[in-house]
Amino acid sequence: MNAPLAPPRTRPGPRATATARATPGIAPLLGPMLAEAVAALSANRLRSGLTMLGMVIGVAAVILMLAIGNGVQGQVERSISALGSNLLIVNSGAARSGGGFSQGAGSRPTLTLDDAEAIARLPDVLAAAPTSSFAAQVVAGPTNWLTQVTTTTPAWFIVQSWFPEEGRAFSAMEERQAARVAVIGQTTARELFGASDPIGEQIRVRGVSFTVIGLLPERGQGIGGVDRDDVVVLPLTASLRLVQGGGAFRRFVRSISVAVTTPEAMAPTEAAITDLLRRRHGLSPRDENDFSITNLTAVGQTFQETTGAISLLLGAIGGISLVVGGIGIMNIMLVSVTERTREIGIRMALGAPRAAVRLQFLLEALMLSIVGCAAGVLIGTGLAVLASRFLPFPTIISPASVVAAFAISAAIGIFFGWYPATRAARLSPIEALRS
Amino acid sequence: MPVPPEDRPPEDGPPLLALEGIVKDYASEAGSFRALDGVSMTVRPGELLAIMGPSGSGKSTLMNIIGALDTPTAGRFLFDGEDTSTMSEAALAALRNRAIGFVFQQFNLLPRLSARDNVALPLVYAGLSRRERLARADTLLARVGLADKTGARPSQLSGGQQQRVAIARALAVDPRLLLADEPTGALDTRTGAEILALFKALNREARVTVILVTHDPGVAAATDRVVRIQDGRVTFDGPPTPEALAGGVGHLYEGAAP
Repeated sequence: MNAPLAPPRTRPGPRATATARATPGIAPLLGPMLAEAVAALSANRLRSGLTMLGMVIGVAAVILMLAIGNGVQGQVERSISALGSNLLIVNSGAARSGGGFSQGAGSRPTLTLDDAEAIARLPDVLAAAPTSSFAAQVVAGPTNWLTQVTTTTPAWFIVQSWFPEEGRAFSAMEERQAARVAVIGQTTARELFGASDPIGEQIRVRGVSFTVIGLLPERGQGIGGVDRDDVVVLPLTASLRLVQGGGAFRRFVRSISVAVTTPEAMAPTEAAITDLLRRRHGLSPRDENDFSITNLTAVGQTFQETTGAISLLLGAIGGISLVVGGIGIMNIMLVSVTERTREIGIRMALGAPRAAVRLQFLLEALMLSIVGCAAGVLIGTGLAVLASRFLPFPTIISPASVVAAFAISAAIGIFFGWYPATRAARLSPIEALRS
Repeated sequence: MPVPPEDRPPEDGPPLLALEGIVKDYASEAGSFRALDGVSMTVRPGELLAIMGPSGSGKSTLMNIIGALDTPTAGRFLFDGEDTSTMSEAALAALRNRAIGFVFQQFNLLPRLSARDNVALPLVYAGLSRRERLARADTLLARVGLADKTGARPSQLSGGQQQRVAIARALAVDPRLLLADEPTGALDTRTGAEILALFKALNREARVTVILVTHDPGVAAATDRVVRIQDGRVTFDGPPTPEALAGGVGHLYEGAAP
């Protein structure tokens, strides 16, 4: 190549040089400076990697925690909707005795079948199902299975809005006559009968035989990961006489499930039930309730709020590690500026405006945080997928959390990169060249 | 090499550099220190001159002002008729970028970059595209005799080769002024002579104005004009006569004594 020294363009007059180019935009520098940032960071891979580690861990933590939080939230929402809306549970025994100790479910039942019938006659009550539940070994031929036995009236199916998908529920007549019939859940059916049809088969509960007449559709997990399909539903009378042994407890039940017509009627109905039961149980105004009423929708909401608060807390911990990661970036960037003072001086002598120097170091900080964030998102996602295998519910990675992670990381990179970059830009070119 | 006639500066044109009573004070622990005390001189386009002086004479300060790295406390410095003391920092940076090429004693190449990328670096700030930058860098490296070293890192090059890369870098933006600070100071005699010859060729063939800041009488002898600085004042301004150069040595040792 014949190499002329003449410029590839017409030589600009120095006057134009100095003034027209006095405030050149730094936008055209973005590309080359980005390439320089990549080169600078990959020139010192170990340091760059360690610097990013804070961001990686922070972002991974935030992504994982939000995925778990979302998973819990989704699970709770499913559980609440599956509980059946507008449900009140009346339990035997006072919520608290005089000393403030909960008597728990083991205390003497105070609710009767007549109480349930009286509640059912209240306005706004759709159905009231007296219920007693206990765990029992259920036997079908050679197989047996420990399951939850619920003894109740046909109203239970209405209250739960859960009706057999195969066969049928037992009738009020069968219930009154203590017919030995049973409705079972999907899990129980699978464990006892495998793939074969359970309808018409015999099961034995505590030595008493029942004929399976209905199979409930799958309902999935309840709050706390309980398998709600692992259930056997028996007529209450049959179990009062035969399973629980009768005697003094025969007219008593542990709880009454009450379905209310509308959400607005929940609170008035709760009050009406309280009045009714206090009157029926002959309690004087001084006496405490010998029963307690639980609003399951409220419980679900509380649980949801609690899990929301927990995932917020976990996210906050992740957020703190993001800030710590940002401080780590600032730290290393300050070291880098000090180490590269001479380079900065050279660049300034070659005509780099201060804005270009700031841009260069800002882009390096930004790149550290963004690349760290990308790695964190990958690791966090991997851990969330892994967590799904060990948790009783699937984790949910929302795209919004990934977008937010990148936005926050970029903000952190700019925020913590600004000071080192400004320090670099403020260097005197003469001092910087002398270093 | 061909030079367009319109680029050939007239011998008696308006001055490229005009220094009028330049004063530069530095604040120090012991109070204010006057590094330059009324320096006046002009440099016409196409000149090849040496600024000489012992350390502490103010010649580095003068070089910083001429190189638009610093502004005077008092007095005026006109670069091609424009007063730098009224320029913003960004304008000074642009002036350095587009009109001044620096060559340093320690070469000051960026070790991470290849020779080609080092030469192309000022063009980044000039806003040229990557293709233009690299084409220009290759051209200039060929001009300084390093066509086969474009991909080499500074650590893979000898001192003389590194200084050639630095000169190519200084020429990248086609500057009006080439300002070299002890360009042969870190080189052996033979390599130094080659570098000096390169400066001389650039001045003679491409009519680039060259200012060599040096305390080496041998370097100064190769120029057309010597400006001596002592205690912040110009003590000599004229052709490089043996007396001027010899005096330089004497002053150098005197200046270094305290």
